[in-house]
Amino acid sequence: MRFLSEHEHAVVSAAADRLIPPLDAHPGGAALGVADYVDNLLGAFTFDPPLIFAGGPFSGRSGGEASFARFIALSPHEELAWRTRIEGSRGRPEREFNGPTRGWQEIYREGIAALGADFCERDGDEQDDRLAAQAELRTVLYQHACEGAYGPPEYGGNPALAGWHVIGWEGDVQPRGYTDDEVSGRA
Amino acid sequence: MPEPHDCDAVVVGTGPAGATAADVLTSAGWSVVMLEKGRNHLLALEPPFAGLGHVSNDEIKSQRRFFLGPDPFLEPRTYRRDEDDGDRLFAGEVNNLPSTVGGGGFHADGKLPRFRAVDFKPRSELGPVDGADIVDWPVDYDEMEPYYAEAERLVGVAGDADGNPFAEWRSGPYPMPPGADMFGAVLTTEAAARLGYHPYRAPTGVNSVPYDGRPACNNCGFCAYYGCPIEAKGDPIAPLRNALRTGRCDIRPDSYVERVLLDASGKQARGVRYRDLDGDAHEVSARVVVVAGGAWETPRLLLRSDIGNSSGLIGRYLMYHFQTFVIGHFPFRLHGHRGRSVTHLHDDHMIVDDDIRRFAREHGLPYFRGGLTEHGGGGSPIMEGIYTTPGVAHTREMLDSAMRDRLWAFTVQGEDLPQATNRIDLDPIVRDVYGFPAGRATYDVHPHEVVASRYFAPRLEAVMREAGAESTFAATSPPLEGDRAGRRSASMSRHIMGTCRMGDDPATSVVDRWQRFHDVENMVCTDSSVFPTSTGYGPTLTIVALAIRACRDLAGLPKLTSNRPG
Repeated sequence: MRFLSEHEHAVVSAAADRLIPPLDAHPGGAALGVADYVDNLLGAFTFDPPLIFAGGPFSGRSGGEASFARFIALSPHEELAWRTRIEGSRGRPEREFNGPTRGWQEIYREGIAALGADFCERDGDEQDDRLAAQAELRTVLYQHACEGAYGPPEYGGNPALAGWHVIGWEGDVQPRGYTDDEVSGRA
Repeated sequence: MPEPHDCDAVVVGTGPAGATAADVLTSAGWSVVMLEKGRNHLLALEPPFAGLGHVSNDEIKSQRRFFLGPDPFLEPRTYRRDEDDGDRLFAGEVNNLPSTVGGGGFHADGKLPRFRAVDFKPRSELGPVDGADIVDWPVDYDEMEPYYAEAERLVGVAGDADGNPFAEWRSGPYPMPPGADMFGAVLTTEAAARLGYHPYRAPTGVNSVPYDGRPACNNCGFCAYYGCPIEAKGDPIAPLRNALRTGRCDIRPDSYVERVLLDASGKQARGVRYRDLDGDAHEVSARVVVVAGGAWETPRLLLRSDIGNSSGLIGRYLMYHFQTFVIGHFPFRLHGHRGRSVTHLHDDHMIVDDDIRRFAREHGLPYFRGGLTEHGGGGSPIMEGIYTTPGVAHTREMLDSAMRDRLWAFTVQGEDLPQATNRIDLDPIVRDVYGFPAGRATYDVHPHEVVASRYFAPRLEAVMREAGAESTFAATSPPLEGDRAGRRSASMSRHIMGTCRMGDDPATSVVDRWQRFHDVENMVCTDSSVFPTSTGYGPTLTIVALAIRACRDLAGLPKLTSNRPG
């Protein structure tokens, strides 16, 4: 793990399954790697280059050389923006030219603690109530859960493209693309 | 003796407006320095100027992480409706266009319609409307035609010259035939035709066949807001590569222009001052300064430079397109993620007829016009997920996909009337990462846009139902609160116009008919700031055509002419 503790990882997984619950063929947010995605994002700067912008132009899933996993180096300004978003501004003047920013690391750490040490053992209704009381965490986590579950797997979620397959999303298709018939026809 | 200059022209901005200027000026033998505040993700700046391969079919990078910029943390913008809202309603993302080499051309899906003759003469042809300053442009369609044709050749536009019965005359066909029709658009165009409308294949700056050394589009579907991974889109890579190949163009990314510098006379620009990535300041001197940062950043630069503004009009007459979205949910999958985002258009809602005049009179207007109506689909799963309600509703919706795979949309790019009170100025408090005041939009709608939207939306919902939609709804951008723009959200339109209005009278305009500043004779604006009115057509082809015209004049190249067939 890059940022989350094992307990925090388990809580994020449990919470992800409340926001994106398993249903029919859909395996839910935990199985779709949301906690791994969140850990990669909160720990993005433990990688070099940081896990912010995946590479291009092709993933290798539809031909071409796989290059998404070669992340793109950040400019100094991009590093400033993403460190501030993730770590918070922490009173540093260069991060506070328009005022302080509360970072995601803090939002997760404090929010997870506030959900309670026994969060994973509680039933779904109780988990929902506790999540509802942590609105800041819930809002951020839901966005990240959607990114992790349905984003390119190079960012840490969507294992074996399970999130794409279950919703009928064809994912990245360069350089193969689609034929004119696949664009214009009913199927 | 004039002092020697670093270059003939310094161009601020590398989007369609700046790229076209660089192409024309370097082709005339000028040396050009281009300054771009954003990063370079587009092409290598050494021969053979190959693509960098940075963009990809990646929803996280492109839609969630500001890859092409601007990052609203680094470059916030602010919004309010009027002074009664205080200094601002919020700061963050407002009408953001990419801040990167290639600018707005990089992320656009490249629908490139021409205007019609009436769009250049709205005051004469349609007349005034209370509360708006509708004026004729100092050019007309016949003069613009050869520049449109040249712009279509430069970018590479695929289209059907006979498809749109409302289109003006053309001196020749499109450079390429249209690309593949999207399945959903086949349904909605057939339905629209049955109801008496006239849909046609969208002229698009995307290769349908190999063109200008670049491949045909392979319909990957990651089009609008992504950037093309295979260079099937000509704007902005074609003009930038042309300029680089002359050996006379020096593109400097990560170069933030602080201000335009005047000479001692105060009537001549001598160059610009910019900061590089390390924060070090540099000056570039030039015979001519071309400002091409777009209709938001150009007035922001000129206002902080405090030049060119004897009219007091810099930043004023800010216009967007008032967007009406009509959404249809279908009982079967439409795979709107395949293809070029939008493949068909219709112009009918810009044609003023008796029924429109009657509805307008009932609402206190002489007439109104809507805009180009785009037939498009798509949507991507992260956005779909975020728009749904967390919990079981999320999972059910993602499996069912009414908001993505079974959704089709009309987007009306409604004409936005010019109002002097709508403007870009400098926010008194909020700063960008360089320490300069953020741009601030003060913007509210005119009744024209609201009435037009209320007229067209139910008609388009009827088209959606005719096409097979089982449910429909309409929404607008900006969202409305009663008859006013909403408080919580600015317009999402990326079509930003006005702010340095073009005209013959220095008292009522900022630039002349050749887009030179009335106050600064060797400074030219080539972006959509110069538009006196917004029409209902996407601005980019007209930006490019006007830039060709202005820069050919600047460089002493002969005027282009064309012959009307028949």
